[in-house]
Amino acid sequence: MRSRILATLLAAVLGATAAGCGGDDSGGQDTAPLGAGTKVSITVGCMPAKSQEAQRKEWEEDVAAFQRLHPNITVVGKDAFPCIDPNTFQAKLAGGQMEDVFYVYFTDVRGIIANGQAADITPYIGSVKQFPNLDPAVERVFKDGDKVYGLPRQNYAMGLFYNRKLFSRAGLNPDAPPKTWAEVREAAKKISALGDGITGYAELSAKNQGGWHFTTSLYSQGGDMVDGSGRKSAFNSPQGRAVLQNLKDMRWTDDSMGTKQLLIDADIQRMMASGKLGMYLGAPDNATALVDQFKGKYEDYGMAPIPGSAGTLMGGDGWLFNPKASPDKIKAGLLWLEYYGITPGQGQLNYARAAKYGRPVGLPQPKLFGQNAVGQKDRQLRAASANLPVGNFKPYEDAYGSVPGKLEPPQAQQLYAVLDSVVSAVLTRRDANIDQLLADAQKKADAALARAN
Amino acid sequence: MTTARTLVRPAGRARRLSPRTRRTVRRNVTAYGFLCGALICFAFFSWYPIVREVLLSFQKTNFVGDTRWVGLDNFRTVIDDPVFVDAWVNTAVFTLLALAVGYVVPFAIAIVLNELKHARGYLRFVVYLPVMLPPAVAVLLFKWFYDPGPGLFNQILKLGHLPTLNWLDSSDTALISLVLVSTWMNLGSGTLIYLAALQTIPGELYEAAELDGAGMFRRIRYVTIPQTRLILLVMLLLQIIATMQVFIEPYLLTGGGPEDATVTVAYLMYQYAFNFTNFGGGGALGLMLMLVLMLFSAVYLRVSREEAR
Repeated sequence: MRSRILATLLAAVLGATAAGCGGDDSGGQDTAPLGAGTKVSITVGCMPAKSQEAQRKEWEEDVAAFQRLHPNITVVGKDAFPCIDPNTFQAKLAGGQMEDVFYVYFTDVRGIIANGQAADITPYIGSVKQFPNLDPAVERVFKDGDKVYGLPRQNYAMGLFYNRKLFSRAGLNPDAPPKTWAEVREAAKKISALGDGITGYAELSAKNQGGWHFTTSLYSQGGDMVDGSGRKSAFNSPQGRAVLQNLKDMRWTDDSMGTKQLLIDADIQRMMASGKLGMYLGAPDNATALVDQFKGKYEDYGMAPIPGSAGTLMGGDGWLFNPKASPDKIKAGLLWLEYYGITPGQGQLNYARAAKYGRPVGLPQPKLFGQNAVGQKDRQLRAASANLPVGNFKPYEDAYGSVPGKLEPPQAQQLYAVLDSVVSAVLTRRDANIDQLLADAQKKADAALARAN
Repeated sequence: MTTARTLVRPAGRARRLSPRTRRTVRRNVTAYGFLCGALICFAFFSWYPIVREVLLSFQKTNFVGDTRWVGLDNFRTVIDDPVFVDAWVNTAVFTLLALAVGYVVPFAIAIVLNELKHARGYLRFVVYLPVMLPPAVAVLLFKWFYDPGPGLFNQILKLGHLPTLNWLDSSDTALISLVLVSTWMNLGSGTLIYLAALQTIPGELYEAAELDGAGMFRRIRYVTIPQTRLILLVMLLLQIIATMQVFIEPYLLTGGGPEDATVTVAYLMYQYAFNFTNFGGGGALGLMLMLVLMLFSAVYLRVSREEAR
C-alpha cells in the first residue's frame, strides 16, 4: 500500500515536472504593423522602484502619454531594484513570470540569445524608425548574425573614474587625469602617499568582477580575450602580462593599492564615496551610484578615457523579448521601447523634465546614437539641461568615439571566473608567477570555450 | 430468505461504516489533516525541487521549451572543469577544519558552562547571542574583523606586537578564516545542545568518580564523554552534513577567491546555475553532493534510531 502511494506521488511529481519541461512556441510571424483595433497588454521590466520617486513619476507620465498615443496598448511596468537579479532570472523564465519585455545587462545578452531565451524580433524591427540611427557598436550587442533580439537602454565605455579632491590634495591636476598606465601608477603612488588609509588605485578581484575588469584593462592595452574564431582564449599575451605586471607593481612595489583585496564594485564605490580612494576603472553612472547610495558629491568626481586607450569595454543594459511573446506583444513592445528608450527628447531621454524633477543631468551616458545627427541632437538636449559639473567629465566625453569600443567575450562569465583567480592571485600573493597564472588560466578558459562550442 | 434480505438491503446502509471505524476516522481525521498540510508543503518545497534537480542534471534546458536529455554530459562537463577537484578538496578541508574547531569548542564551552556555579544564565545568553544574528549580518561583520588594515583582528594582533595576517586575502588563511566565521555563528546552538545532554548525566557518577580520585580530565574522559556519546555522534554527523553545504561564507566574504581557495561544491553549483546559466551542470553537482550527504544521513538515521532505543 505504502509503495503504491509513493508510486502515485512520484508519478504526480514527474508528471508535473514533465509539464514544466514542455513549452509552446511563439506564434507565427505576422509582420504587418499592429492594428489600431488590436488590444494588447504588455509587461515591461525595470520600471523604476517607488523609492526612486522622480524616475517613477517620469515612467508613469511616459506610460500615460504612450497609452494616449496608442489606446489599444496597455503597458504594465514591473518594478525591481536592481532591475535584474541573476538569482531569479532563470526561475522567472521557468515559472512563466518573465516580462514580455525584459531587462538585461550587455554581459548576459549573448548567453541568453545562445540559450534560446529571447525572441527573434528581426521581422518586426523595420517598424522601429530610430533603429538605423543607433550606434552600430551598440546595435551589435543585440544581434546574432543578421538576427536582432533587443534594444538598448543605457550604454557606456569603461574609463578611469577618479577623485578630483584627492588629486588636488596629492598635487595632481584634476583637469589633466592620467592618460597611460604609467601615469596611473605615478598618480596612485602620490595619492596613497597621503596616508590616512587612502588607496591610490583599486581593482576588483572577486565574484567574477576581477575577470570583467581584467578584460577592460586588456582591451586598453590592445589585447583580446578570444581569438577570431571565438573558440580559443587570447589573453595569455604580452598585453595580458602587461595588465597583471602593472597591478603587481602597484600592489607590491608601490604599495598604492591598499591591503584589502577581493573587492567587489560596492566595496570600491564605498571607498570612493568616503574619500579614501583615488582611482578605479568604471563607467560615468558610477557618479550617480556614489551620490545616491553612498552620499558622495558629484563635484568630487571626474572621468577620463581608459588609460592606454587602445580599446575599451562597452557596457550597458537593454531589453529583450520573452520567447513566448506573441507577434502583437512584440510589436507593442517595440512601439513602447522606441517611445520610451531611443527617441531624443522623450521618455528616458527627456533631460529637461529630468532636470525639472531635480534629477542629475549631464553625465556622458547613454550614448546610444554615436556621432550621427540624432546623437548630436541627443547630446545638445542633454547639454541644454545639464545641472552637473559636466566639465569634470570632459576628458572622457572628448575622447569618446576615438577609443575603440569592444564587446564582452563569448562565455563571458566563465572566462571572468577563471580570470578572477588570476587577478586575485596577483593582488594577494607577492610571489605570484604571472606567466604561470596566465598559462593555467588559458587552459581553463580554453576548456570552458570548448565545452560551450 | 437471508439471501433475499441481503439483496434488498438499501445501498446507503451497505456503505455505512461500523462504529469502530467511525471512531477511528474521527480520532485520526485531524491528524491526517495536519499530515496533508505537511505532505503538500514537503511535496512542493522539498520533494518536487529534489526530483526536478535530479532531472535537470540529465537535461539541457533553457526553461522556455527547449529541453533535451543529454545523458551524463552535464556530469562530464563539471568533472572536466579544473575547479571541480579544488571545490571538493576545499569542501572536505572546510568540513574537517569545521569539525576540528567547531565540534570541540562548543563541547568544551558546554562543559565549562555546566561546571559554573555563577552567571550561568548570562553566559548561556552570551554564547547563544550570535545565533540570533541573521547569518548574512554575522558574515559581513567578520568582513570588517578580517580587514587587513583597520580590521579588529589585526588591530588586536598589533596590540600584542604580533605579526598581522591577511586573513581572507591569502590563499593560505582564507579557508580557515571562513571556518572561524562558521564556528562563531553556530557555536550557540551546539553549546546549548551539549549543555542539555550534560545536564542529563546523573550527579552521582561524578561524585563516585571524584571519590575514586578522578581529576577533571579523567571525569570528562570516563564520565562525560561516554554518557554523551550518542549525542556527540549525532551532532558530528549533523555537522558534517551542514558544513559540507557551506555557501554563504564564501559567497559573501571571498567570492570563491583568492585563487579559487574558497570555492566549495555549493558555491561552484551556484556559479554554474546562476552565473553560467548552466542549470544542468549545477544540477549534476547538486546530485553528487546529495549522494555524498545521503551517505552521512543514512548513518545519522541509524545512529538516532539507536539513540531512541
